[in-house]
Amino acid sequence: MARNERGAGWVLLGLVPLLGLGVLLAFVVLNGAGVGREDAPPVEDLSVQRVALPREHEFVLEVRNGGPEPVTMSQVVVNDAIWDFRAEPDNTIPPLGSATVTVPYSWVEGEAYEIVLITSTGTTFDAEVPVALLTPGFSGESFWRYALIGTYVGVIPVALGLLWYPFLRRLGSSGMNFVLALTVGLLAFLVVDTLEEAMEVAVELPGIFSGVPLVILLTLLTLLGLLAVERLLRRGREESSRLGTSYRIALGIGLHNLGEGLAIGAAFALGEAALGVFLVVGFTLHNITEGVGIAAPILRERPRLVHFLWLALLGGGPAIVGTWIGGFAFSNLLAAVFLAVGAGAILQVIYEVGRLLLADSARTKTPALSAPNLGGLLVGVAIMYATALLV
Amino acid sequence: MSEGENAGISRREFLRAAGTLGVSGGLLGAYAGRARGHDGEDHGSGVARAEAEHMAAHGGNSTVGEVDTSRFDPSAFLRDFYWGEERVEGGRKVREYELTAEEVEIEVAPGVTYPAWAYNGQVPGPTLRAREGDRLRVVFRNRDAHPHTIHFHGFHPANMDGVFELVGPGQEFVYEFDAEPFGCHLYHCHTSPLRKHIEKGLYGAFVIDPGEGRPEADELVMVMNGFDTNFDASNEVYAVNTVAFHYQKHPVRIKKDELVRVYVVNALEFDFVNSFHTHANFFDYYPTGTRLEPSEFTDTKVFGQGERGIMEFRYRFPGRFMFHAHVSEFAELGWMGLFDVVEG
Repeated sequence: MARNERGAGWVLLGLVPLLGLGVLLAFVVLNGAGVGREDAPPVEDLSVQRVALPREHEFVLEVRNGGPEPVTMSQVVVNDAIWDFRAEPDNTIPPLGSATVTVPYSWVEGEAYEIVLITSTGTTFDAEVPVALLTPGFSGESFWRYALIGTYVGVIPVALGLLWYPFLRRLGSSGMNFVLALTVGLLAFLVVDTLEEAMEVAVELPGIFSGVPLVILLTLLTLLGLLAVERLLRRGREESSRLGTSYRIALGIGLHNLGEGLAIGAAFALGEAALGVFLVVGFTLHNITEGVGIAAPILRERPRLVHFLWLALLGGGPAIVGTWIGGFAFSNLLAAVFLAVGAGAILQVIYEVGRLLLADSARTKTPALSAPNLGGLLVGVAIMYATALLV
Repeated sequence: MSEGENAGISRREFLRAAGTLGVSGGLLGAYAGRARGHDGEDHGSGVARAEAEHMAAHGGNSTVGEVDTSRFDPSAFLRDFYWGEERVEGGRKVREYELTAEEVEIEVAPGVTYPAWAYNGQVPGPTLRAREGDRLRVVFRNRDAHPHTIHFHGFHPANMDGVFELVGPGQEFVYEFDAEPFGCHLYHCHTSPLRKHIEKGLYGAFVIDPGEGRPEADELVMVMNGFDTNFDASNEVYAVNTVAFHYQKHPVRIKKDELVRVYVVNALEFDFVNSFHTHANFFDYYPTGTRLEPSEFTDTKVFGQGERGIMEFRYRFPGRFMFHAHVSEFAELGWMGLFDVVEG
């Protein structure tokens, strides 16, 4: 009985460990942990988040201090020449803080540059400009140009893929299962691809952001969250609405396409314009099958036309947002978060479409790993692999 | 600087000007712009001025900030010769020097420190000077945590070579030998790992005058060196006498028509070749300074590791003249300076 009482004594019991923690922290802060080395050089961890070339005679670097101590940038070296610079707000960056370093330098269009920051301890941190080109500034014109690129890469291919809907509807039952399995194949490729991209960005993040755990956990949380949402929407029905499944596929694919938009926008912003054009062509081809994936669950239904419009926008539109972010305000942290959420969303729709296939095989008493199902899966992966060679 | 300060001349014109003046012109322009900014003097023609304004607006090849020269001033080091304590023993001139190895934090570029090992707390170590035939006694104390030695280039017995007789922390060793042959030499630590002990700063110039002396001149010491500040086995910063761009910011003042003699020592590690180039002038070059006849009359001399020599020249015109490594990379990473030639 007494054990179940939750009075003031109970609150105190909860505070005991925290009090102990406070004492320990106070002790460590005041006396050191016995591992302090006054003579050891400080650990410095600067990372250059972005190099912009906003004008013909200027490099602008966004530098972040991911270490536990303040870091002072004492000199800047451009292509093996010590160069003038100024840092805002200051040469010394506090932990977790950032600074903007402006280097007045007459760069040559189309050439590569290496910019090195030398800190007060002589440690160096590098940044690269693979191809020097003016970084597109934020203007109405560039805004629309990026939107157009995003439309080419995202909205149009997804919409074109959806146009296969009437064609696919006339397939027989096994044909439709083939298309569903194909969708699983496409999505399986996309989830691996998205996760890989997320990891690539995550390892670039300063250590304090714990990039890799962040990506893995966000992916899992998104998966679990969407599963819970789907269960809620079903509300006791055995199957959720197939249109709902299509919407969730569109959302997952949309977030994946946002990642592609980021890559394209950043490529343009970093001056890799040729790569950008190549990426546009590749992604357009790559994404046309995504429309098929979105349409697959609703082949037996007759949704209103407006739903197709929304599905195309949800699946392709985020590519536009991605190009904007990548082009104007690329942030590794933001990119890692978006990509991780995208991977989780795709995992969830793989689960959902897989359930559809299993339910169908149970209903028709055919094996789940039938020839059309296996074939569809393989073709789905193969198509993605082949078109990914283009990007 | 704001955009308004360079209004009137387009960037295109600037590019053309920079193109015709070339790399060195650009560098000098950068300096001139800087100098005007600091002291308001005008050292150049109208063209140079326009160039300077542009370089000032568009940035230049130099360090940002100033080095604290209170502990080691390269400008003072230039003409600072350590003759030792002179005495006569048994009718013979003896010079006694004291060198102490210690660890010291040095500033190799504004705000960039380097944990050096140094003789007498400075890199390069003091320039030892003697006359051919003097008896030299060098009392060496090691106050560092690592064993060190002094290895002199010159004639001496095997046990005075500073190779096998390691001097441990807290120990002392006395090197004693005759000053010969005359020339421009160097001394450095010869403890293994050798490169580490040299790159950390344990080296200096060692000048032995010929018995009959050399003609009266304004004598300068320039030890070409570099620093691997991030320990990746290549130099981040290059210089003469340690501080990057020091003589660009504080030009070496010399007199027009006066004979200038530069003792040049290459103490650079990691890079095989260093060089010395004088602008608008040629110099007589005496390899290792061991002959009184110059071997060459040139304006650019290449130095291998440990190579050194004597340069002699006079400037015909007043003004500021650049000198730098003709290895452009080294020049742009700090091994660049100016002579400020003034009317005698």
